[in-house]
Amino acid sequence: MKTKIINWIDQRFPLTSFVEHDLTGYPTPRNLSYWWNFGFLAGFVLVLQVVTGIFLAMHYKADVSLSFDSIQHIMRDVNYGWLLRYMHAMGASAFFFVIFVHMARTLYYGSYRAPRELLWWTGQGLLLLLMATAFMGYLLPWGQMSFWGATVITNLFRATPFFGDQVVIWLRGDFTVGDATLSRFFSLHYLFPFLIIGAVVVHLVALHTVKSSNPSGIDLADHDNIPFHPYFTIKDLYGLGLFLMLYSVFVFFIPDSLIEPANNIPANPMMTPNHIVPEWYFLPFYAILRSVPNMVGGVVAMGLSVIIFAFMPYLDRSRIPGGARHRPIYRVQFYLFMIDMLVLGFVGYYPPTDQSILIGQVATLCYFGSFFIVPFLSKVEERWLIKRGLPPEVMALIESEKHEISKKGGKL
Amino acid sequence: MENEALSNSDRRDFLVKLTSVVGGAGVAATCVPFVASMNPSSDVLAKAETEVDLTGIPPGGLRTVAWQGKPVFILRRTPDEIKEAQASNGGSDPEPDSQRVKNPEWLVVIGVCTHMGCVPNKEGAGWTCHCHGSQYDDSGRVTRGPAPKNLEVPPYHFVSENKIVIGKVA
Ligand code: HEM
Ligand code: FES
Repeated sequence: MKTKIINWIDQRFPLTSFVEHDLTGYPTPRNLSYWWNFGFLAGFVLVLQVVTGIFLAMHYKADVSLSFDSIQHIMRDVNYGWLLRYMHAMGASAFFFVIFVHMARTLYYGSYRAPRELLWWTGQGLLLLLMATAFMGYLLPWGQMSFWGATVITNLFRATPFFGDQVVIWLRGDFTVGDATLSRFFSLHYLFPFLIIGAVVVHLVALHTVKSSNPSGIDLADHDNIPFHPYFTIKDLYGLGLFLMLYSVFVFFIPDSLIEPANNIPANPMMTPNHIVPEWYFLPFYAILRSVPNMVGGVVAMGLSVIIFAFMPYLDRSRIPGGARHRPIYRVQFYLFMIDMLVLGFVGYYPPTDQSILIGQVATLCYFGSFFIVPFLSKVEERWLIKRGLPPEVMALIESEKHEISKKGGKL
Repeated sequence: MENEALSNSDRRDFLVKLTSVVGGAGVAATCVPFVASMNPSSDVLAKAETEVDLTGIPPGGLRTVAWQGKPVFILRRTPDEIKEAQASNGGSDPEPDSQRVKNPEWLVVIGVCTHMGCVPNKEGAGWTCHCHGSQYDDSGRVTRGPAPKNLEVPPYHFVSENKIVIGKVA
């Protein structure tokens, strides 16, 4: 009976071939480490956010006179409303955590290089969509931090040439962040996750065209790949178990740890809290914004600090495969960059003092500097590594890649 | 006859171009109402004027009123404060005090920091913005960055000695 039904479908829709080609049978390098779990985790958190969000929306009211109270209603009166809200609020943080690790993995192993540029760029687009979604969601509880966060960020658009003030009013639908702003943010906060789902499909189609990279950086020929199921379904599920343990600790034991206390005070357009901070996942970028003394310059620097990752496929000119694993200089650079990100995060959190501003400015210079020296360092390092002698398997790969390239007429 | 029309590729190319242009213009025109719907609606625009009764503000006293949803500071300055404000031209955005007031006793400025829009607090002489540390004097002029400009003076006028309307010049 079952085969009959499947046969019936297969004649009308490529079900079996799709499942075998892209799900169960997807050829996967057998040496993937746990750093390759985070793509799957990102997909899982996306589903989690959509499900908790849709159920929250059944009780939430997007109206300046009602929304703060409707959150209290969700927290106190709605059955398990507290759980839905904490899962959603912590889920946003979990989403960024997972995505940041996923991106760091890609940077470390150099998986952004040809032929995976499009994969990297669609990922970059996903990051921007995620940031927009989280930013708009954060206004919905209509607390003090929600209000002033949205005020400061919409104000950044004043840096638009010629029409700055009009653009800000247009974005808000009012002269200040108000009811019009809240309703449109809710509408778009509902829409954007579905755009994210669409972008994820594009991301995965690109992945299945170029296939996964792997820690060795050596393109394992087909005979070294194994089917996704059951080997990686089980590995992803194991990782999911670990992730859920960590996530549950946050949701059940320290749910308020990442929610600013000031957001439990209803929004007051006449009074700014003494210390406004963005969510932790925006802190490094916020620190860069504050480090530039000129306002327009700050906005441009902040935008650039997010977009600049897109240039990595062109900045990195080294042909040594395997990213940081076989590249000692790049490896040091990678860790220094991670430390710089942490420093920026701390600077973004603390109120500005002369000292913290100075540290922020140095860290900002290091941030951009580390991108600008990649083209030179990567070339120097490559020459040095080739002179020193690469491990034979790496040498063999470079040769075979050259061969591949000439076979395909210089493209790839 | 029919064959001739079919094989006339010039004519076809022209029609393709023409319909593309008309179609494109149609799409662009359709976008206008959608984009415009996001601009402030008439009820939002209707709160564009606020009348304020100044009686009851003591010398040296500050009242904050809402205009277009934004805080507006109304400071009744003492003779000393007036003298001090007139003595300097402010800081990085120099402007004489006389150009910022209609009546030296009353300072009316929008209470929105010109840096990123926080509301500065009245602290001693002038205001301090806690978001990124900008400072303003008792004429609302910036004396310490990062704010690039002085607090904005809204359009307003005195309808009587003790009453102003914010939102309209005269
Ligand atoms: C990409 C996935 C999503 C992310 C990253 C995200 C992020 C956020 C954030 C950061 C908040 C503020 C949480 C708080 O402090 O209370 C929020 C609130 C909210 N979101 Fe989402 N969200 C996502 C998807 C959705 C979806 C699909 C819906 C469906 C309508 C939704 C509905 C809501 C509602 C109703 C609130 C207000 C309740 C609350 O604040 O807890 N979200 N979201
Ligand atoms: S908003 Fe006032 S100093 Fe930045």
